[in-house]
Amino acid sequence: MRVVVDYDLCESNALCMQAAPEVFEVRDDDFLYVLQEEPSEELRSKVEEAARRCPKQAITIAG
Amino acid sequence: MTVDRIVIVGASLAGFRAAEELRGLGHDGTITVVGDEPHRPYDRPPLSKQVLAGTKPPESAALTTSMGTLDDLDLDWRLGTSAAALDVAARVVLLGDGERLDYDGLVIATGAAPRRLPGTDHLAGVHTLRTLDDCLSIRAGLERAPQRVAVVGAGFIGAEVAATCRGLGVEVSLIEALPVPLERALGPQMGAVMADLHRDHGVDVRLGVGVVRVDGSERAERVHLTDGTELDVDLVVVGIGVTPNTGWLEGSGLTVDDGVLCDATCLAAPGIVAAGDVARWPNRLFDELMRVEHWDNAVAMGAHAARTLLADPGAAEAFAPVPWFWSDQYDRKVQLAGRVGGDDLVEVVSGAVEDRRFVALYGRGGRLVGVLGMNQPAQVMRWRALIEDRVTWDDALATVKEAG
Repeated sequence: MRVVVDYDLCESNALCMQAAPEVFEVRDDDFLYVLQEEPSEELRSKVEEAARRCPKQAITIAG
Repeated sequence: MTVDRIVIVGASLAGFRAAEELRGLGHDGTITVVGDEPHRPYDRPPLSKQVLAGTKPPESAALTTSMGTLDDLDLDWRLGTSAAALDVAARVVLLGDGERLDYDGLVIATGAAPRRLPGTDHLAGVHTLRTLDDCLSIRAGLERAPQRVAVVGAGFIGAEVAATCRGLGVEVSLIEALPVPLERALGPQMGAVMADLHRDHGVDVRLGVGVVRVDGSERAERVHLTDGTELDVDLVVVGIGVTPNTGWLEGSGLTVDDGVLCDATCLAAPGIVAAGDVARWPNRLFDELMRVEHWDNAVAMGAHAARTLLADPGAAEAFAPVPWFWSDQYDRKVQLAGRVGGDDLVEVVSGAVEDRRFVALYGRGGRLVGVLGMNQPAQVMRWRALIEDRVTWDDALATVKEAG
């Protein structure tokens, strides 16, 4: 599984951070940092939840 | 009984997320989605922002699924038709075009409809904003280079439309009957901050006044306010709240009281769940019956309702989220998590209101009940987790002091 963030869409709403803090972090500079671009399979449901909760549909999961 | 045929009434965000969750849970029976608009499910937030401004095309608002394409969900669409009635005993949804849909499981996600300004139905140029078609009508009005737009109601829709219009260089009068904008959502103190934000961007903000009537021969030309003011306008956008779409449930036996009444798990009756703007349920985290009109709630509740529908009897979980919303106005991102009341204690704990980058906490009954951030998304999420943990007001403030 590979996490792809479209930074042209991302507005740092930080919902992804709440859904999958292991993978997404919005820091106090208001930018989103992807902590693991290829997270392990056990995080799949959390990452999918992050993708669904993103108000900008900026997160896609490849593979 | 086995849930084989599922009908989702409402091709809405909540309905769509319910469908996605049902497939995600492995449901392989029929899922029929009924939508009164001709469009497949789309996202509404851009309709008051990018799509209205013309910076993004309408197609960009289409909803996507992380489970491949929309077609992969294998949904059976009934678009451009609405549900007319529900027969709970026979488990049948009757559509406006006469079709009868039998179901084993039903998801009610019919959303809400904007209230209209009385006495304006005969005038062109008076709009509400809910659907894509509404958005394109207002967009067409903005392309006629209006001298002034009157925005009636300074809730989310009104405030965002005002901001978008100013971004296009259009003069705006923002008219609100309450003393401050967004009072219901943010409380009086923080609502006043929003009033200043709009004034600083050149909006003619008029608070504590209502609209007596709108005049015009064919199109709206003049707005008369309760304080005697007359405003010459070319376009009126009305955002004075919504009413849940429950007319089709009259006589069904379901309890309808400002929305479809559900239990804590989103169940309205055996085999029937409801989600999104149309649903009212007891949120145990706040010990309160609530109906939430936010985007994030439609996403979360749609999925939760789907899980409840497929759960074994007695095994469904309670839906007890901390409501969350965002609103983009000008270059500011406003986010609120929790449940704000008019008499809450309010404390700015980070940043400064003057800089329009801050975090404010709301307390009630000795508990932390809300957090508002302006351009502080990460902090709002951290506080949201503490609200979920039922942190006391004193502990919340102590946390701030420790962080120093």
